[in-house]
Amino acid sequence: MYYLVRNDPFPILSPQHGILSIEQIISRVGVIGVTVMALLSGFGAVNCPYTYSSYFLRHVTDADIHALERKLLQTNEMIISKKKRLAIAKRAAESQRGEEVTNGGGIWARFRPSTPLATTENVSQLQEDIRIHEELSRQLFLESVDLHATKDRIEYSKTFKGRYFNILGYFFSLYCMWKIFMCTINIVFNRVGKKDPVTKGFEILVHYMGFDVDVGFWSQHVSFILIGVMIVTSIRGLLITLTKFFYAISSSKSSNIIVMGLAQIMGMYFVSSVLLMRMNMPESYRKIITQILGDLQFQFYHRWFDVIFLVSALSSIGFLYLAHKQAPEKHTTKDLKLSSAFRE
Amino acid sequence: MPVIEKNLKVKVLVLGDSGVGKSSFTQLLCHNQSSKTPGYTIGCTVEIKLHDFKQGTAEEKTYCVEIWDIGASKSHNTSRYIFYNNVNGIILAHDLTNLKSLQNLSKWLNDALSQDTTGGLSSIKVGSSASRNSGDDNSPLSIPVLMVGTKLDQFNAEKRQFIISRSKSYADEIGCKEIHLSTIESKYIAAGSGNAVELSRFFDQVVDHAIIRQATVSSVVQSPVVDRRGSFGERRRQNVTPVSRLFGMKRD
Repeated sequence: MYYLVRNDPFPILSPQHGILSIEQIISRVGVIGVTVMALLSGFGAVNCPYTYSSYFLRHVTDADIHALERKLLQTNEMIISKKKRLAIAKRAAESQRGEEVTNGGGIWARFRPSTPLATTENVSQLQEDIRIHEELSRQLFLESVDLHATKDRIEYSKTFKGRYFNILGYFFSLYCMWKIFMCTINIVFNRVGKKDPVTKGFEILVHYMGFDVDVGFWSQHVSFILIGVMIVTSIRGLLITLTKFFYAISSSKSSNIIVMGLAQIMGMYFVSSVLLMRMNMPESYRKIITQILGDLQFQFYHRWFDVIFLVSALSSIGFLYLAHKQAPEKHTTKDLKLSSAFRE
Repeated sequence: MPVIEKNLKVKVLVLGDSGVGKSSFTQLLCHNQSSKTPGYTIGCTVEIKLHDFKQGTAEEKTYCVEIWDIGASKSHNTSRYIFYNNVNGIILAHDLTNLKSLQNLSKWLNDALSQDTTGGLSSIKVGSSASRNSGDDNSPLSIPVLMVGTKLDQFNAEKRQFIISRSKSYADEIGCKEIHLSTIESKYIAAGSGNAVELSRFFDQVVDHAIIRQATVSSVVQSPVVDRRGSFGERRRQNVTPVSRLFGMKRD
């Protein structure tokens, strides 16, 4: 990455134009926007098939859930019995201290340090045990929430809507693998594609399958529809994520700042998506965009996008793999911890 | 010192929306001090309160009441039902500054009552306060409910009247008593205050309920109901039939 950055310097400063000209500003904004978009789409490209397709769903049976709930209730019972002992011991100590004050020594008894509990309980040990058990009970509860959610997802996937999303998931996974593959090729062979995927797809269709379609006419319309769909869904996804984020940090004082921040983000996102859409458009329309956005070095942007996309997709694959592998193993390790906790 | 009864299981749930102050209230009730580090409760926290049952009479006994403070995050809705079995009392907590938390209370109550299948009769919607105070056969088996309004310190004296009257209508609908307090200071439930008297009365009803239920259950069926504490669903419902048959006989 470092060498890439060094060899292809950012097209931020150029001797031809001044610092504040439109091209420069767009290029600066474009760099940030493209980075963010590549990160998000890399993660989304991997996460989407993982979430939609039911291939990855872990099998959760009712027996699993019942076993977990029994464990949780048993832990709660232990906590309760320990707390009972603690409460009884505390009350015994208080009444004992009360007796001492009234019986012995008069005024001076109050100033003497309180005698240790005349009970067989070890208070600090009890409190420590209680703390551990409470932590365990919380974890078990969270796991049971997880299992219930997975079971709901399994049931949902059996309905029609679920199956529809499942098929979509397979399509997306194919598309994402294709994209990752293309990015790798682009980087390795250091080229920027000349033809957009739709035209290419149509050409393949015509070539190998002998469909008789007017490539020029159809490719233009289909690619526009696809671009429209992509823009709408990506902006919708972005807005949904942002609203969740803004609920967390919003307050009555900071609403102005939030609106400005949102406007900034939308503008940046839009500019970068126009930049990148150029790749997906037929040849003739690219010239229009080049005219509008001025003299930007598009090759750089596409290359930069490919690199970040690849890095992000590979790292999210790694994360999801680790998370997925850890989940079924959680049961076995939990059993070991529980048995050691119950051994006393 | 009165005898401490350790063997009877007395369970009280504290239900309410997220952030109304259930954990603070539980701390106040059991340890007489407000919690310094409030945070969202995950799952459920249980505290023990030693309650002097029938204080001042010859039958005075101390019972260990388990207070189950149930966390109220929305995403945990599907897993909360495991805490709802074998309940002897329900405390409904709402935030006096938040009307929505008051309106959601009936949802919480119905949720908890519909899960509890040991009593059979407790799944019926609680009746009016009139039937509670009368000593007919049905009322000992319906679960006592108490409403608690928190964050009273946020209001000055004039607004308090209005707020209190607002929550009174809900209390009457459910048919339960209510108290208002702020969980920051323990003076609100100091011994001798009206709130303390209400609480003590409520806990007496709860212990009564537990004693009666244990007496009826142990006289009918020995092991199966007790064992089913951990499971939920079809298996459990089949076992209720001998118990409810007994209640059917009792009602006639």
